[in-house]
Order: sequence, then C-alpha cells, then structure tokens
Amino acid sequence: MITSETDIVDAIADAQRAGEKLAICGAGSKAAVGREVAARTLSLAGLAGVVDYDPPELVLTVRPGTPLAEIAALVAAERQMLAFEPFDHAAMLGCAGAATIGGVVAAGAAGSRRVSAGGARDHMLGFRAVTGRGEAFVAGAKVVKNVTGYDLPKLAAGSWGRLFALTELTLKVMPRPETSGTWLVAGLDTARAVAAMAAAMGSQSDVACAAHRPAVGASPALTALRLEGFEPSVKARGAALEHLLAPFGGAFRADEATGHTYWADLHTLAPLGHERELWRINVAPSRGAAVTAALEACGADWLMDWAGGLIWAAVHRHGAEVRAAAAAAQGHATLLRADAATRAAVPAFHPTAPALARLEERVRRAFDPDGLFETGRF
Amino acid sequence: MSLVMPEPDAATLARREEIVAALRAIVPGEGVIADAESLRPYESDGLTAYRQPPMVVVLPQTTAQVSAILAWCHANEVKVVPRGSGTSLSGGALPLADGVLLGLSRFNRVLEIDYADRVAVVQPGVTNLAVTRAVEDAGFYYAPDPSSQIACSIGGNVAENSGGVHCLKYGLTTNNVLGCEIVLMDGEVLRIGGRQLDPAGLDLLGVVVGSEGLLGVVTEVTVRILPKPETARALLIGFSSVDGAGQCVADTIAAGIIPAGMEMMDKPAIHAAEAFVKVGYPLDVEALLIVEFDGPSAECDHLIGAVENIARRNGAVSVRASRDEEERIAFWAGRKAAFPAVSRLAPDYYCMDGTIPRRRLPEVLQRMSALAAHHELGVANVFHAGDGNLHPLILYDANLPGQIERAEEFGNDILRLCVEVGGVLTGEHGVGVEKRDLMPVMFTETDLKQQLLLKCAFDPKSLLNPGKVFPQLHRCAELGRMHVHHGQVPHPELPRF
Repeated sequence: MITSETDIVDAIADAQRAGEKLAICGAGSKAAVGREVAARTLSLAGLAGVVDYDPPELVLTVRPGTPLAEIAALVAAERQMLAFEPFDHAAMLGCAGAATIGGVVAAGAAGSRRVSAGGARDHMLGFRAVTGRGEAFVAGAKVVKNVTGYDLPKLAAGSWGRLFALTELTLKVMPRPETSGTWLVAGLDTARAVAAMAAAMGSQSDVACAAHRPAVGASPALTALRLEGFEPSVKARGAALEHLLAPFGGAFRADEATGHTYWADLHTLAPLGHERELWRINVAPSRGAAVTAALEACGADWLMDWAGGLIWAAVHRHGAEVRAAAAAAQGHATLLRADAATRAAVPAFHPTAPALARLEERVRRAFDPDGLFETGRF
Repeated sequence: MSLVMPEPDAATLARREEIVAALRAIVPGEGVIADAESLRPYESDGLTAYRQPPMVVVLPQTTAQVSAILAWCHANEVKVVPRGSGTSLSGGALPLADGVLLGLSRFNRVLEIDYADRVAVVQPGVTNLAVTRAVEDAGFYYAPDPSSQIACSIGGNVAENSGGVHCLKYGLTTNNVLGCEIVLMDGEVLRIGGRQLDPAGLDLLGVVVGSEGLLGVVTEVTVRILPKPETARALLIGFSSVDGAGQCVADTIAAGIIPAGMEMMDKPAIHAAEAFVKVGYPLDVEALLIVEFDGPSAECDHLIGAVENIARRNGAVSVRASRDEEERIAFWAGRKAAFPAVSRLAPDYYCMDGTIPRRRLPEVLQRMSALAAHHELGVANVFHAGDGNLHPLILYDANLPGQIERAEEFGNDILRLCVEVGGVLTGEHGVGVEKRDLMPVMFTETDLKQQLLLKCAFDPKSLLNPGKVFPQLHRCAELGRMHVHHGQVPHPELPRF
C-alpha cells in the first residue's frame, strides 16, 4: 500500500523497469468512467490525512487519499466549506468506494454552486506531486493569493491522473452560509426556464445555484434558485427574486426538505435511473435548451444545472447524436457511465480540435515524458 | 540596478534591417516602428528602474498578422516580447535589445456582449475599465479591479493574473475568464475554453492566465461579467496596535464574513495619506482598516453592525461607518492615494508585492521595521488584509549614491521574509524580471524545471519573452534529460542571469 511519497517514487521506478503503465486512482468512486484497462494500479487512498488546517486563513492542506466526507465534516465543524460543492459520484456511477479529495480534484468535480463560486480549479491553491519521471515537486502555495510561477494547480484540477500523482493538496476553504433557501418556479418549458435562470443570475439577488428539471408524468417542470448568506440578506434577495420572476409565473420559497431533495437529486441523479448511459454536457447556458431538445429527440431524460450550462442526460445508444448536439452548441459531452463494450468503443472525453489535442499531448509529456500514466482509459 | 538580461545575439542585431522589412511586409504602414526616437516610449513598463529600447516594435491589428509575425520570428529564431498597455510593475514587458516588441494596443475593440450568458468577448488591448464601461448601462461590471484599471489592458491582466482590492470575494483574473484565442510562438492559432464553465480536456486556460507572456500571445478574451451590487458601504476602523487590526480581520473571516474589500494601512501610510488628501483619517492609531461590503442594503447594514462589534472587541479606538456614497468614497480616497501620498515622503518609492499567512502579520511588520533600520531606508505599508497581500512601499532617493541598490536589497529581504513565514514572492504583480532571481528562494531546481518543461510544451525554442520569470535559461531538449540531485545545479555551463 502506498503511504508515502517515497512509495510512489518506488512504484514509478518499478513500473518503468517492468515496462508497465500505472493507473493512478483514489478509492475508485469514479472507476466506471473511461475504458477498462490493463495497468498496474497506483492507489493513493492510503496516502491520507489532514496536514494543516487554519480556518481564519481559509487554507486547508490535505493528502490526496483523505475521504471527501471526512474533509466535509472537518470544515463544517468550523462553519466552513469547500465552496465548489464537491460531492461523491459513486451513487450516480454505480461504483463502490467513497470519494477522496484527490479524486474529486483530479476529476474537476463540482456541484451546483460551481456557477457562482467556481470549480475545483478555482479552489486549488497548491500541491505537491510526483511526475512520471519519479521526481517530486511543488507548485502554487499555501496562501489564498499568489501569482508566483505558472498556475499549475489549475492544470491539476481535471487532469484525471494523467499528469502526476498528487501527494498533497492545498485548497481554499470559505465560510459556510449561515442560511440558505430554495425558490421554485413551476411549469416552465425549457427555453423559458433558461430565460428565467438567466434573469435571476443577472440580477442583484446574488443567486448561488440555478437548476431546472422538466415535467415527468404528473410532476410539473421545476426551476430552482438557491440563495445563500446571512438571514436578512437571503430574505431581502428572496423578495427581489419573487418580484423579478413574476412574469415567469411567480417563484415561491420551498420548504427545507423539498429544497434539500431537489439539490440532492443533482448529486445522485436518481431521477434519471441507472439503466442507461450517462452523459455530462457542458455548454454556454443560453444554448442549454437547444441541447435538451436534441436529446429529447433521442429519447433521453435529463436534468439541467448551472443555469443551463450543465446537462446530465440518460440515454440508450445515440452517443453520436449526444456529441453532435453538444458540438452544435459549441460545448462538449463526457460519457460517464456505460457498459464495458460501449466504453471500449466511445471515448469518455469529447474529441478536441487537432491542434489543441497536440498541445495537450505536449503538456502531458512535460510531466510524464514516457506516457507512464497513459493507460488508454481516455 | 543589478539586473542581467540574456546577452543580445549579435547575428540577430546584424539582421535588423531584414527583420524590419519582414515585419513591414506583414503589418503595413505605421504598424512597424523602427526609428530610435519612436522606440523610446516602449523602453520600459511600469517598473521604470529597468529600461531597454527594443530592436523594433510591431503593432498588428489582426490575429492573422500576429500569427504571421510569430511564425516568421519562429522560423528565423527571433525573440518576441508581448506588451499590452505597459503598466506591469514587475517588468513583464521589458524589451530585449535583440527582440521584437509585439504591442497589442490596436486590438482595442469590444467584440460582443452577451447578457444572457453574462460574458463579454473583448480584444486584449481593451482596458480593464473599458469592459465595465461597456456593460454598466445594463447594470453589469467586470470584477477584477487592479489599481491601474484605467490604463491596463485585459490582455495584460490575463498575462499577469491581475487582482485588485476586491479579489478576496470576487477572485483574480483567472476566476473571471472563460476562454481565449491564443497564438503560439510557431504561429498556430488555438481556441482555449469558451463560454462553458469546464474545459473539454486539460485546463490549459488555467496556465495561460498568469503565464506572463511566456506561453503564447492572447488575441481575444472571453470574460465573465457580474451584476453590479445594489449598494456598498464601508467601515473605517483605527487600532492602537497592528495585532488588534490583524485579529479583527481574522475574527471577521472566522465569523463567516467575506467583505468585498479589506484594506489595512500602517502608521506611516496613514499619515502620508492624510497629509495628502485630508479625509479625516485618525492619526493617533498604529493601524487603519477599511472594510467594505457590497450587496443588498439589508446585507450591508447587517454586516456593518457585525464587524463593528468584532472591531470593538479587538480594541478599536475609532470606528466610523459610511452613511452615504460620498463618505464611502472619502474613506477610500486616502487608501487610493497612498502611492502618490507616499511619493511626497521621498523622491522615489519602490512598491513590493508579497503575500503572507495573515496570522504572521505583526511579526512580519516588526521584522520589516528592523530591516528598514538595517538598510537605513523608510517603509510604509498598505496591505490587502483579507488575503494577506502586502504592498510595502520602500522610500529612497535615486539621486543619492547607493540608495537604489539598498532599496532593491531591502525589497529582496522583504520577499525572502514573506517566503520564510510561509508566503510567496508575488501576490498580484507577477515575477517578471523583478523577482526572477528570487525564484529559487521559493522553488527548488526540480520545481522550476517542471515549470520550464511546461514552457517548452508551448514554446520549444524559448523565443517568447525570454529572460522573464525564470532565473536560468535552459534548452528544452536538455531539460527533459536533467535530473536534479540534492539541489545541485545541473549544467553549470548554461548562462545564469
């Protein structure tokens, strides 16, 4: 088991000698993403623990294998949070294993608050890692404001273990809102819902999250807006929001349980079921409705987050149509869950323009010259 | 000063006429500047201690021209230094004697404003403030607000990852940019990011922002715009000790409050500012805090009350809350005039930019006083207190022999101190040439090698803005094979500067 940086250096040297690839992973909560590959596993799950946490400095340094749940509890006790709202993807992906902080950052995972507070990239301040050469190095720093050298922490977020093995991460933490409330608008079609969310996001109500789910059977479509902060502020902003959304049929404040369930559904994706392939589509918010229309033509079910900019879709086959719909909206589609045969045939990541793909390849080789971490998963 | 730049290449200097002719073939008319007199305005940026006229200036207007210029320079092994408005405080746009200075000032159009997606697409030469001007009628603004915002360009902001007084709440440039068009040194034009929040692959935008013009030339930027907050209010709080002010900041954040801005000034800065603008700053205090809130009035009023209580618990000797916009602006007037105010205390000043963990502030200020005594120079401090970003202003007189060198050495000592207490060399001004030789204080050879290898992925011939950020030139092919053992410097034969 890997429990130290030296263990990683040794594992890399071993793999190099044996001519084998290394698949970097955490606890496996996102193992279902990408092709099944034959490679040695380099699990960082055993490299766990909090290195330093100083709440008033807004800085947390942890080892990559630390469970996300443990970190969430630690910062919650200080009335703080990881503002990008990372969550465990195990439920939606049907995986065992509880998400680790290293895995969350490597996957660039973020929840509904991404639209207002930024993603994992925006909260990664620094890290320590071992490259494919077996060399340990640091980048970034342990303070919230720093422009010394290239901002490699941004590159670490969403790198899916293809650049280096993280051994320590420094994250920015933020105060947890004193209170939050969810306002709902019922019965909007998708285009109107996107317009309502745009109006809300462009208003002074300082909306934290904006999501939409279409009508299913007897349940009407529901557009949700979350306000967070100090009670007097949430109250004032809620009143302004109700006024703003009157032309859309009116918004009402949901009770706490309803609000909680609405946002939790966007973490589990329970409304989409587990039978079909799961896609994650990123577009400019105003193009979201065009994408969902194309998805519906393929028989897909979907949920919308990030004011229209993020679409989760469950659909059987039709992968080409999903990618075409995303591309037509100048966005991209990631295949997150599918059977092994589909994953073998359809790459998880949306193909990028050739010139950009060549640059990405050169960047990966800068950290991993021999492609030790290129297992063929993506 | 003691800055050493890469030795100009004699063969390139000898080809000057040919290079100018090649640039004229790409950018006709007044877009190529080659006579000595007209080159002079380009010889330095905001860090005026260093001056070097470029070999030639080229001011393209289209991405195709930028691509053609870079491709030609790449094929002919000619160095290129990109420049926005030339307001860098770290010498990021300092020209090279044997280099082409590529100015983006004619890329000055706002291309598109999209209120539905809350983005603006602008050319890099558009000034920071012009973005806000373009969207303010619709109730929006562009959040990052570096103090040079009236002049600095968005392209320069992207290169430097510029901040401002509001970045604890609203982030730096990197948190407010969604995409860009970039031309690589070989002339290849790429689109990175877009209007969606996540990239399809690696977050290359994340490393382009803050790359100080070493990775590519940005020719278009998509920025996020935000709805302008309903109102803003500020507190002006005086403390009889720096410790009290520091604890007030820590307690505010611990109470879950992230103010829009939180600025601290030390006694010399307070006195200089008050003498200059006379806005009623208390003069019998050791530290002054300006704490600003923005948002709905209900929120601002609530937080003003909460922070007033925190301030009094920490021994505040004077607390004033702005009653109207005029008073809020008056609170800021002294802070905003701090630099010109300090410039009345001494003929010259040198503005530093380190970040420290906030809890170390009292100790750092104490040791800074000791350093000031040691170097026999004055220092005044303004401080982005929320995020620990210090701006010590070192007072000196360039006309007195040895003072400029002492100011530089004092500055270096301050930055070493910042790193020693767990902070960094630069919070928002960039490394440029100014802190280049201090990089080994913060990073090992292996750390720096890894950054250089990233540079090589974008610019394998190291032709774009060489001599900046990194204290040592390397050939990319050698870097790949270099292995550092126990901090020993490999390849001692390579030039250090």
